[in-house]
Amino acid sequence: MIAALVLIPILAAIACLLIRDSRRLGAILIATATIHLILTGLCWAFEPGGLWQGWLALDEAGKLFLTIVSVLFAGSALYLQEYFRREADSPHESESVFIACLLFFLATMTLVTVSRHFSLLWVAIEATTLASAPLIYFHRSPGSLEATWKYLLICSVGIALALLGTFLLAAAGTAAPTPVELSVADLTIHARELDPAWLKAAFLFLLVGYGTKMGLAPMHSWLPDAHSEAPSAVSALLSGALLNCAFLGIFRTLQVCTAAGIDKFAGDILIAFGLISMGFAAIFLLRQVDYKRMLAYSSVEHMGILTLGIGLGGLGSFAGLLHAVNHSLTKAALFLLAGNIIFAYRSKSIESVSGLFGRIPATAILWAAGFFAIVGSPPFGTFVSELTILRAALQQGHGWIAATYLGLLSLALIGMAGAVLKMLYGPSSSQGPLPENRLSLITPLIFAVLVLALGLMIPSGLSRTLASAAALIGGTAP
Amino acid sequence: MQEWIDLLMVLVAVTNLAILGVSRLRTCIRLSAIQGALLGCLPLMVGPLESWGPILLALVTIAMKGWTLPWLLERSLVEAHVQREVQPFVGYNASILIGVIAIAASFWLNSRLPLPFTPAGTLMIPSAFFGVLTGLFILVARRIALNQVIGYLVLENGIYAFGLVLMPHQTLLVELGILLDLFVGVFVMGIAIFQINREFDHIDADRMTGLRDWSDE
Repeated sequence: MIAALVLIPILAAIACLLIRDSRRLGAILIATATIHLILTGLCWAFEPGGLWQGWLALDEAGKLFLTIVSVLFAGSALYLQEYFRREADSPHESESVFIACLLFFLATMTLVTVSRHFSLLWVAIEATTLASAPLIYFHRSPGSLEATWKYLLICSVGIALALLGTFLLAAAGTAAPTPVELSVADLTIHARELDPAWLKAAFLFLLVGYGTKMGLAPMHSWLPDAHSEAPSAVSALLSGALLNCAFLGIFRTLQVCTAAGIDKFAGDILIAFGLISMGFAAIFLLRQVDYKRMLAYSSVEHMGILTLGIGLGGLGSFAGLLHAVNHSLTKAALFLLAGNIIFAYRSKSIESVSGLFGRIPATAILWAAGFFAIVGSPPFGTFVSELTILRAALQQGHGWIAATYLGLLSLALIGMAGAVLKMLYGPSSSQGPLPENRLSLITPLIFAVLVLALGLMIPSGLSRTLASAAALIGGTAP
Repeated sequence: MQEWIDLLMVLVAVTNLAILGVSRLRTCIRLSAIQGALLGCLPLMVGPLESWGPILLALVTIAMKGWTLPWLLERSLVEAHVQREVQPFVGYNASILIGVIAIAASFWLNSRLPLPFTPAGTLMIPSAFFGVLTGLFILVARRIALNQVIGYLVLENGIYAFGLVLMPHQTLLVELGILLDLFVGVFVMGIAIFQINREFDHIDADRMTGLRDWSDE
């Protein structure tokens, strides 16, 4: 099953490179996304077996992130069907290369979620960078070239540091009396025998390395450019799926640190990175002129929130993982809607968009709902996860962390509210409502409904998975 | 053997210092090639020669770091029409000074992190750290994309040297470092195809039309 999850997108990608007929390309994309989604669903029903002596296996955390990737990819694939028709007249990359890269991207992200060995995990995360860079360069504009170059350079420095971190982890392993494999299982079993100083150094390098890819401040500088220049469906995948995959790299490291009993050290650093990211994002959200960049900075903020969550540990770990789910769905919906707005207004600047309700009403309603969800207002799922993180901070007696957290959340809320209100209301152009395509609305609608549903009730299956994933890093369920 | 390894690591450190102080891009590329070739010899000294692994690794490393990548870099140097970096963010003399400080920092780091085992050469770890620091410094201190790629190469070489320290203890780990070369290849392709000479605000629209021609092919 795991092999199929990884190999089917690769085979489909190769098929895309050979076929150039755009109608059939769309069908391949949808078919692959559907098969991937079904296989992922099957993973919830039956435990898939491991491969390669456990190098590839699906644990609860992997299953959670695999599901996020698969759901988001299926949604984006649906959205892209309409997107290509819209963009037919503007200059862009050939569709077959684009869709092939998209499918490779899916394969590499899937590989990240099933990697249970630090070397393989590193290779998979490196591969996500290579597969996704051409996607950002889709529009072939000077802006997207700059964004792609920045993305490649900054993320590969991150990847290089993560490799150094992996080496340091291996160095820590040499302290054990018996040779330790770099697999997650082996390292957690022998965690107490690892050299603590080298393990700490490894944690720092892996955090900075994968944190670059995850968009933690101050290593986030590639993120706003890449997210704003990429086609909207790609931005949705970058923000909702890729950042989580990088997070999984940090999660695995934390797993080893928890087993080794240095979770206090790791937790404090994670809390610091979380708050710094939220702070950076809040500042840039306050004076943002481009609404796609606004969404990108909001991603930095939310990565900060979930890093803070798992840094706090206990209840916070559970809430952080829940927040990853909520954020992915909400942000993907918002990026896809942003694509609709760009299509209607031909501009990414907040200044030139006004009167959304009059012009594209269906998109506007969803955009408003998405805004309420992303700032964490009830009854959306984000509210539940953000509140639980606050509770975790208070429970552990971190009064000042809770206060800073609340302050930064409200700053981000103020920054985004101004922009979103201006876009929704304000004078509409006299032309009246534009026709909206159903395909470009269905995915955001589904995602918004899912986030709403998660706010009202967390299904017991998901709750169990979240709890056992959180338990891997010493977390507890509420 | 230990003295030879240490001598090699000193030579690697010297190439790092030289790269920091040289403005001519062609010389920088040559220096990085020498560094790559030097590091390529290292697996032969560190690894157990009974198996084919270290020999193969040495051959691949010399081929990649010592020959292919510098060759690609030189080719794109010709295409990008740049000779030297005129206005780096940090000057060359200051860069060398920072390099010396980085050496001190590397030795300090080494003293703070004693390895659980005795490495094949006492200078391997400080030299590896020095390479990493030098690479990171070049990445932020130079404007020209080509120089940044050289910085990345130096960073990568540092990490590779570190991986070699662990070679007797972990299988298949150093080999991962070779994969980083993929990125360098991609960067060089990026420069060659898109002619990224300077920072991005300097890419002008004239060049971008060339880009469109390319995509029409």
